[in-house]
Amino acid sequence: MSESPLAVPFPERAGAALQDAFLQQALAIATTKFIELRKESFEGFPQGEALRDRARAIKEATLQRLDFYLGQLADSIERLGGRVHWATTGAEAREIVLRLCRDKGVRMAVKSKSMATEEIDLNEALEHAGVTPVETDLGEYIIQLAHERPSHIIAPAIHKTKGQVAELFSKELHGDFAADPEVLTAVARKALREKFLQADMGITGANFAVAETGTVALVTNEGNGRMVTSLPRLHVAVMGIEKVIPSMTDLMVFLAILARSATGQKLSSYTTLVRGPRQKGELEGPDEFHLILMDNGRARQIAGTLREALYCLRCGACLNVCPVYRQIGGHAYGYTYPGPIGILLTAMLKGTESVKDLAHASSLCGACKDVCPVRIDIPRMLIELREHLDRERIAPWPERMIFSMFKLILLSPALFHVSAFLGRALQIPFVTNGRVRRLPLFFAKWTRTRDLPPIAAKTFRERWKELD
Amino acid sequence: MKASIMITCLGDMFFPEVGVAMVKLLRALGVEVDFPDGQTCCGMPLFNSGYHADAAEVAARTVKLFEASEHVVVPSGSCAWMVKTEYPGLLKHDPALMASAIRLAAKTRELSQFLVEVLGVERVGSSFKGRVTYHDSCHLLRGLGESAAPRKLLRAVDGVELVELPGADECCGFGGSFSVRLPEVSSVILDKKLANAERTGADCLVACDAGCLMQMGGGLTRRGSRVKALHLAQVLAGEDTA
Repeated sequence: MSESPLAVPFPERAGAALQDAFLQQALAIATTKFIELRKESFEGFPQGEALRDRARAIKEATLQRLDFYLGQLADSIERLGGRVHWATTGAEAREIVLRLCRDKGVRMAVKSKSMATEEIDLNEALEHAGVTPVETDLGEYIIQLAHERPSHIIAPAIHKTKGQVAELFSKELHGDFAADPEVLTAVARKALREKFLQADMGITGANFAVAETGTVALVTNEGNGRMVTSLPRLHVAVMGIEKVIPSMTDLMVFLAILARSATGQKLSSYTTLVRGPRQKGELEGPDEFHLILMDNGRARQIAGTLREALYCLRCGACLNVCPVYRQIGGHAYGYTYPGPIGILLTAMLKGTESVKDLAHASSLCGACKDVCPVRIDIPRMLIELREHLDRERIAPWPERMIFSMFKLILLSPALFHVSAFLGRALQIPFVTNGRVRRLPLFFAKWTRTRDLPPIAAKTFRERWKELD
Repeated sequence: MKASIMITCLGDMFFPEVGVAMVKLLRALGVEVDFPDGQTCCGMPLFNSGYHADAAEVAARTVKLFEASEHVVVPSGSCAWMVKTEYPGLLKHDPALMASAIRLAAKTRELSQFLVEVLGVERVGSSFKGRVTYHDSCHLLRGLGESAAPRKLLRAVDGVELVELPGADECCGFGGSFSVRLPEVSSVILDKKLANAERTGADCLVACDAGCLMQMGGGLTRRGSRVKALHLAQVLAGEDTA
């Protein structure tokens, strides 16, 4: 990325996104499609609601005994001949991968789509260390070529139109390609085939890791997850510690709702189950399998206010329905995880102060909670974050002062009605044809685009006297 | 039956006509209406912005005002949601207040829910001329789980043709302080809502929440639209669009 998006404040980033016609078009089409597909999928799946409850209960119960399940997972992986690494921070996780690259002489690594590796800026670290990372998910490949970051959890290039992709491919892959998804996919496929065969290391995340069996589950729609985990001689999976689940039966519960929530599919095209390195008698698979269990701020939230955010399956459904995300897209948020859940995850990974603006990037409409496969109460946690920001005086002092004054007015009916009286007098110059059309100062934030009803000549309290 | 009006801050100052329509409507249905004195606001703006200790003080005040009420009727889904779902938690530090808040939560209803659930009325017996479309306010829809009652009531009004609003369940972009913290984003969300409303060919865009009506009404008059934002109570009380 050429410059940090955080150099400009969030409201300006959001404003710029609103002015980007391509982005607006791409977002409108993609999010609408995702919403429809999800809706149709659950409409034809009456057991879906009960499965969502079940999935949530599994996440809750697993977090209660997370240390046990992680221990069990590590034992299972090691029994299969794999190696388990524990990383407290993102930097540690990165260093483990780099050390493996150094020790094993890795020059090129192919990657299956992984938010955990985005979270720790792994690609930059690999490049810096002289290892070439190649993203093999089509969307990730596009943004890697464009030197950008994902703007959606499951559709990283959602902000790009097919025309923009055709232009990018034509320039970067030296050709003249039509803005036709089939053509462009074929171009990427051809370019990536070679990379799969050349790569020394395959890097993936993990949608789930089953403690009992040591199974790492990956869902993809392009089959690239299969290639990444079977062709290179090393496979490294990086996962957040909250991704462990107890059993294969539990996995079935999650698989039944994950793809439906994400893309409206019953299952994604490929569900890849990996158990350690290549076993005796097997023809395919890596010589070595490494699982990196990464905390990076998660464990302290097990008993924290953001606990529920640890249930997240990274399906992206909350992004698609969020009225704010649908207008500003993922990059404006400025961090790895965008959208409503992204605000919570950012607070988890980077601390509450980092979301002092983002915590307010929600109308609290609740659409996110409604579609979340594990019913994470995102609006409630956003309010909790705001509460924390106020309590710790991170919120700007003028705001805190305004709300203090507001409280005093609400605690006193007399002050409340004096305010109505004063407002009625002060608004006179601004009322035209019974509407307030233009207000100065702070209030202009409303009236630039909307009228206001004037404070009524008689409040309801005054009119009640006539009605009574 | 007796019911107390919780008018809400926006209802008192900006939309007294909604309160008046509500009183007329309830009286016509045989409800004995009172209006406990000393009301200001439910405290939701404080709560949603994270000022929870302040919101708790406001909640404690409000709870006491309605101690004697049999039923409490609110012309706003979001304020009803605040009282019903947030008050008991906000007042948990004081067991007596919390118990009182739980009682208030149980007897409080948003207007459409009060009519349909408590009074058992769907046909209020008024008439209104025009094509209307209905916007689901977020807190009534997702907070209180209500989408049917307002539609049933509207359909049963003589002369009303109810047309579905595309994306009726999508936010109008108000979101309380969100509307001024991120005014551009709020307005773009609003534009989508209003474009959908205009496409239905409706004369009126009806909602059950003063916040949404302030936002949508503000956008409609600004763009000089022929569509008028109205509260459900105004349609049910038979106020004409003209």
